[in-house]
Amino acid sequence: METREIAGKTLAFDADGNLANLADWNEEIAQALATEEGIESLTDRHWLVLNYMRSEFQEKGDAPSIRKLTKESGVDTKELYQLFPKGPAKKAARIAGLPKPKGCI
Amino acid sequence: MADPIEKVSIIISRGSLEGVYPGLIMANGARMEGIEATLFFTFFGLDAIINKRMDNLKVATVGNPAMHIPTLVGAIPGMSAFATSQMKKEMEKLDIPPVREFIEMIHDTGAGLFACKATVDMFHLTQADFCPQCDDIISVGQFYEMAAGGQIIFT
Repeated sequence: METREIAGKTLAFDADGNLANLADWNEEIAQALATEEGIESLTDRHWLVLNYMRSEFQEKGDAPSIRKLTKESGVDTKELYQLFPKGPAKKAARIAGLPKPKGCI
Repeated sequence: MADPIEKVSIIISRGSLEGVYPGLIMANGARMEGIEATLFFTFFGLDAIINKRMDNLKVATVGNPAMHIPTLVGAIPGMSAFATSQMKKEMEKLDIPPVREFIEMIHDTGAGLFACKATVDMFHLTQADFCPQCDDIISVGQFYEMAAGGQIIFT
């Protein structure tokens, strides 16, 4: 566990570098995390994925797999990789303030 | 920490359901971690990308001690189909897609999918026999060129 400043707040992060407390998250922090991941500005398409991930997490306790994202978020696999280059499930979870997804698929 | 893996080339050489999935899961998993991935299908592994066959891959119930089915029981007609449908049900629960959907998904992640030229010639196949996600038919030499600088995993 480490704490550091992001978007003007001092927050706790887990070993993967994801937010430790779900409740600390807001849209401003999401943008700051996105910038760290090399995404300049979050578009409506990014938000579609992020909001879907947050609602799935709140319901099921784990971030959704790529397959679920592809089938249910309204954004297909190709676009997911364009929106969140180099690992959409992992990156989108981090930007959404969630822990790293546990699933293999 | 050791240097992260940046590139993998995964060879799928078997055509049973349990022979094909590990390679597909590893390729998809690599892409999820931001690792560059290439899949190379050879020998019976080609069945995973042959249009007419990819939806009908079966679990081998004979010659597999880990199945814990006596060989003669495993040989009874319908055993393989039964074991296959059971395994597919379990996989669906884990959100592991059927072969065709998985191949499409992996291709959409940006991974390359290639068929082995020697096997294609041996089985008298052409590009038209493969699903649209098969990028090309390549020789072993071309495979090694593509795999340069990364890890090679044989399954």
